[in-house]
Amino acid sequence: MAELDKKSVDATPNVAEVATVNAVTGTEAVAALDAPVSQGEPILQVRNLVKHFPLTQGILFKKQVGAVKAVDGISFDLYQGETLGIVGESGCGKSTVAKLLMTLERATAGEVFYKGQDITKLSGRALKAVRRNIQMVFQDPYTSLNPRMTVGDIIGETFEIHPEVAPKGDRRRKVQDLLDVVGLNPEYINRYPHQFSGGQRQRIGIARGLALNPEIIICDEPVSALDVSVQAQVINLMEKLQDEFNLSYLFIAHDLSIVRHISDRVGVMYLGKMAEIGTDTQIYDHPTHPYTQALLSAVPVPDPDAREGRERIILSGDVPSPANPPSGCRFRTRCWKAQDKCATEVPLLAIPERFKASDTPAAHESACHFAEEKDVVHAA
Amino acid sequence: MTIIDKTADVPAPRGSNDESGPLLEVRDLHVEFHTRDGVAKAVNGVNYSVSAGETLAVLGESGSGKSVTAQAIMGILDMPPGHIPKGEILFRGQDMLKMSNEERRQIRGQKIAMIFQDALSSLNPVLSVGYQLGEMFRVHQGLSKKEAKAKSIALMDRVRIPAAKERVNDYPHQFSGGMRQRIMIAMALALEPDLIIADEPTTALDVTVQAQVMDLLAELQRDFNMGLILITHDLGVVADVADKIAVMYAGRIVETAPVHEIYKRPAHPYTKGLLESIPRLDQKGQELYAIKGLPPNLLHVPSGCAFNPRCTMAQDICRTEIPALRPVTEQDGTELVGRGSACHFWKETIHG
Repeated sequence: MAELDKKSVDATPNVAEVATVNAVTGTEAVAALDAPVSQGEPILQVRNLVKHFPLTQGILFKKQVGAVKAVDGISFDLYQGETLGIVGESGCGKSTVAKLLMTLERATAGEVFYKGQDITKLSGRALKAVRRNIQMVFQDPYTSLNPRMTVGDIIGETFEIHPEVAPKGDRRRKVQDLLDVVGLNPEYINRYPHQFSGGQRQRIGIARGLALNPEIIICDEPVSALDVSVQAQVINLMEKLQDEFNLSYLFIAHDLSIVRHISDRVGVMYLGKMAEIGTDTQIYDHPTHPYTQALLSAVPVPDPDAREGRERIILSGDVPSPANPPSGCRFRTRCWKAQDKCATEVPLLAIPERFKASDTPAAHESACHFAEEKDVVHAA
Repeated sequence: MTIIDKTADVPAPRGSNDESGPLLEVRDLHVEFHTRDGVAKAVNGVNYSVSAGETLAVLGESGSGKSVTAQAIMGILDMPPGHIPKGEILFRGQDMLKMSNEERRQIRGQKIAMIFQDALSSLNPVLSVGYQLGEMFRVHQGLSKKEAKAKSIALMDRVRIPAAKERVNDYPHQFSGGMRQRIMIAMALALEPDLIIADEPTTALDVTVQAQVMDLLAELQRDFNMGLILITHDLGVVADVADKIAVMYAGRIVETAPVHEIYKRPAHPYTKGLLESIPRLDQKGQELYAIKGLPPNLLHVPSGCAFNPRCTMAQDICRTEIPALRPVTEQDGTELVGRGSACHFWKETIHG
């Protein structure tokens, strides 16, 4: 299996090879169950991913006058069986990353390697084959399900696109199995989405994501539209399914507490760039990027005794427009540490020099010239 | 971060017409909606009160009746289909439900103002923000357009919108989410009301902006010594700003308590479940506790305690008898000020 992967890295991918890769995914999943999290080859490698949306002027003779730099050079790895959380404010490009990974949007530049194969260059059958293994769960369970289709049709539609997963006669049973897996009554198969509550609808969305036995599920704010008491049910379900099917999640959310709960590693995005990335302990207990620190300190903690003791870093102003981002470090306009260097030099995402030698949890990748450890969550 | 003196129940009065006692008192309020499918009982006997300078947080999930109560107080409930069969809403001792429309209009905006959740859909997209802010002064105080605009600029400065003078003629879509919410706050503050009702004021905002807006709200509340009713589902926001909390479930208040108490020792299984079901930022927990089941359908509220189908402690009595909101005491019988629980087994919940 490993050989096959390596081969596809070097050779230009062709359709036949993709087909073989897919044919053996079943056995591979079993083998990977034993492998511990975050080891071996990453299942998804993102390298310098860029997405610029052109801004045009004129009706008849359109000319490009600029670009919204939604995603501007992002790199990360996703390993089998792990959850990578992506956090950031609205407009930072989180959802665009999700769409790029799904190839719902085409990247302007950069690569996304799925098992060594660059999926941004794929099209046609090869792309379809890869998409089977990367599925998505959407934010809003009210608009992401077609109101005119029954639950059976919504989930079963995936088998029409990928008939190799379930033979025709077997589909109804398969859909019922899926409903059972996500904790819904299999008899609900003929119901319509409006007959379900928000939490139940999100379960239907998850069942649809699971239908093709994918290896990666991209979850774009999967619980933010749900009530608090229902959120916990859905989160627990997602964790259970991850263990059961050895799934890799890319979990995009703006709720930092939930991201900490579910993630093995966390990436913090700001204005189309990754500000800081590391394990959940590294990010939450030992953040070194000022943006991460501000973000964490702004989260209201459900503990009234902490409200006097906690230091709050209140950022001034709003996120700058991604059409015209600040030079140098993008966070400098709201940063209290900003100096001249920040305006001229773009900080690279790397382990800061001062922490390199030591073995502290602060030694993780952070894109700041003046990275400094500061615990804002526990400070009393 | 908060500012309100927690020991003073009734802060120093301002203005001359102030009486001691609560600013607003809701007594046994019932609200129903007559729909094609039957009568939806959205609010079933809610009692709460707010004093000047005090922040009451009304906590609940969607459909718990928290927003409907607020709309009834503001007098902006759609009637029909809405209907208030029973209850009193006392503002400075006067029942607003018995007032004429004109009397209520005088109170609305001037005495009690509201901040809505979604600032983009609450502002009129075809009128400039300056015009919309100025409307408060033109309608209620009869100022000229010019005077109203000058006041609008001052207000926008007050809520720290940068370059207020240049932006007063801008339209809502030209502002960011946080700035729009500031405009909503400015509008509510325009006539310096005694009481502000904020319905999920920060739900649509990012955390960093949420912190800015909540800080601003707290500061203005302190400056004007206003009462604040904060309606939210976010236990974190509540912990940060509230003085006392009322937890609502299926149109009833199931627990009331001062903010410090409720997080330490909840006295209702629903509150307890909610607190256990939220992930923590400062520690990585194991599996989350999840309240099983779904919030009830208001057309068919379960008999007895509405929470009984989801409750782990439910017994036969819970299915037949509606528990009243009773005062909560220490094990030895000492009264806990301000605490109440509508559970047959509150003793087991808090002390067990």
